[in-house]
Amino acid sequence: MRFTADDRGFYGDFGGAFIPEMLYANVEELRSRYLEIIEDQDFQNEFRGLLKDYVGRPSPLYLAKRLSQKYQTSIYLKREDLNHTGAHKINNTIGQILLAQRLGKSRIIAETGAGQHGVATATVCALMGIQCIVYMGEVDIARQAPNVSRMQMLGAEVRPALSGSRTLKDATNEAIRDWINNPVDTHYIIGSVVGPHPYPDMVARFQSVISEEIRWQLKEQTGSEDPDLIIACVGGGSNAAGAYYHYLDNDNIRLIAVEAAGLGVDSGESAATSVLGSKGIIHGSRTLLMQTPDGQIIEPYSLSAGLDYPGIGPMHAHLIDSGRAEAVSITDDEALEAAFECAKLEGIIPALESAHAFAALEKIEYGSDDIIVLNLSGRGDKDLETYIKHLTGDGKD
Amino acid sequence: MGRIRALFNSKQNGILNIYFTAGYPGLNDTETIIRTLTKAGVDVIEVGMPYSDPMADGPTIQQSSSRAIKQGMTVDLLFRQVTKARQHSDVPLLLMGYLNQMMQYGMEQFVNKSVSAGIDGLIIPDLPLDIYEKEYLDLIRQSGLDMVFLITPQTVEERIRYIDSLSTGFIYMVSDASITGAKSGISLKQIEYFKRIEAMELKNPRLIGFGISNAETFDKACQYANGAIIGSAFIKALEKSDTDLEGSIFEFIHSIRKPATV
Ligand SMILES: Cc1ncc(COP(=O)(O)O)c(C=O)c1O
Repeated sequence: MRFTADDRGFYGDFGGAFIPEMLYANVEELRSRYLEIIEDQDFQNEFRGLLKDYVGRPSPLYLAKRLSQKYQTSIYLKREDLNHTGAHKINNTIGQILLAQRLGKSRIIAETGAGQHGVATATVCALMGIQCIVYMGEVDIARQAPNVSRMQMLGAEVRPALSGSRTLKDATNEAIRDWINNPVDTHYIIGSVVGPHPYPDMVARFQSVISEEIRWQLKEQTGSEDPDLIIACVGGGSNAAGAYYHYLDNDNIRLIAVEAAGLGVDSGESAATSVLGSKGIIHGSRTLLMQTPDGQIIEPYSLSAGLDYPGIGPMHAHLIDSGRAEAVSITDDEALEAAFECAKLEGIIPALESAHAFAALEKIEYGSDDIIVLNLSGRGDKDLETYIKHLTGDGKD
Repeated sequence: MGRIRALFNSKQNGILNIYFTAGYPGLNDTETIIRTLTKAGVDVIEVGMPYSDPMADGPTIQQSSSRAIKQGMTVDLLFRQVTKARQHSDVPLLLMGYLNQMMQYGMEQFVNKSVSAGIDGLIIPDLPLDIYEKEYLDLIRQSGLDMVFLITPQTVEERIRYIDSLSTGFIYMVSDASITGAKSGISLKQIEYFKRIEAMELKNPRLIGFGISNAETFDKACQYANGAIIGSAFIKALEKSDTDLEGSIFEFIHSIRKPATV
């Protein structure tokens, strides 16, 4: 079975470009040029150079000894939290800003949930001197305030999305509308492996630097480039796609996709798309999403702004639907507990999104001689307020 | 012959197409709105199926949609409302909705229900042309429903020809690079685009929509196409009509064109 996109952007039955004609020219320009641009040697040199000297790659692969001891196995952390701006998101924004320059675009828009993608976009726009507008749900603006200030300091304009649940889904709708209104000069930097083709494939390619590095780093440290399991959280799915990428075709390696259960899968306040979702269309892609029988998209919930999305990327829909990847759902409380455990055992405060991946260690089966790679997608600075509330006990109401 | 075809056979100019969101302002206003628009002499009615995430629509249509959904609007209820409204109206009726709604309903069932409710055509802005050709074309052709596709100022000539070949009923010309309800007034650049399309001599009639809001923009659009579509401005007029829905509809339609020209 094939797990990367075909030439029309389909992953099995999922993917494609279900977009109104108003977006067709924009998306078609991108589709017809992205591979040729990305594969160009000049592009690759500049991309690789910036990842090394600006982002600080390769990010370390670190054997977490005390965590391994606790779970009686070997756990390696892929330290995307140590990237410049604090998450994996910048791998993609570096790639897309270089692409936007080659397409001659002078204005950048983005959506953001946790603010990490917004910050990563504002950062590369500052770096290149390009105008940047970031759409962010009003709810997320409140719960990820430090990232809003960071974007503003970097020179970006943050525009609140006021419709729907006022979170990531709605910020994405607003960004799409902006792109419809500004079809010629604007490039839309989508922050995950979602949206119409070619975005899922393009973003996965930029993030695939993660698994490319895991291969040689693991070989250096263990003698084999193959782990037994790879664990990553899935909002839209970009850090997971990057961590899985070079291992997709090796069936011996288990891929664990960790979703946010919010208050619980059956609570009505959840973002566990693979459990609660069904096939439909969201943001231009045929994929799994949470919806009513009438096809209205359900407003999701997770304490973690980066996982608070009612769909998953089409690659993940295909991976889960075909049984290639296993989905695990983690509640807010389980994630919070895992974040504190990671902080105390390893001296690392993970992002709330990444904390969901840690919590999965309690939920899945593995052996004591297994090698687990856990993608630590981001650092927890942005979540300190949430963590402090939990510490002092007023997190629950 | 279908109602849409019959209309364009008998009338080539000044076609007025009004869009409204079903289930707004009141959940059960659909029938009244269709009946009143018919009495007011509107030529085509486009019934919007409220959707939670209408990608191509501006704030006015989006807000009316979320209110309609909150009030309990469903696809089945819409079909019941349209079936009743059909008894008082012989005006061509189109349904406009997003593909996910039809997918969940089941496209075949959706098409059958549309036909029996008296719907004449569909507008599904996020239905890709290749998917339409491959998966739905036969179904639609057999049903007798017309299928209306959009073009924009960015659509290149070859693609316009392709869209013209797949369209029946009419072609929906998006007036500008915009979401619905975005701008007012028609610029010289838009007029150039209208003329460019006019000169292509497409097989389908053309209606211009998005940003048409009053008599002035309607008349201007009618100079370069068979007519025009008004959506957001009409919904705004309904917004203000808390008591006299019929009165507000008449008032709005008469502000676009005088009753005498009907
Ligand atoms: C640290 C971190 N991890 C994960 C995610 C989820 O996104 P994705 O599933 O695309 O990796 C986010 C999104 O904001 C994030 O900030």
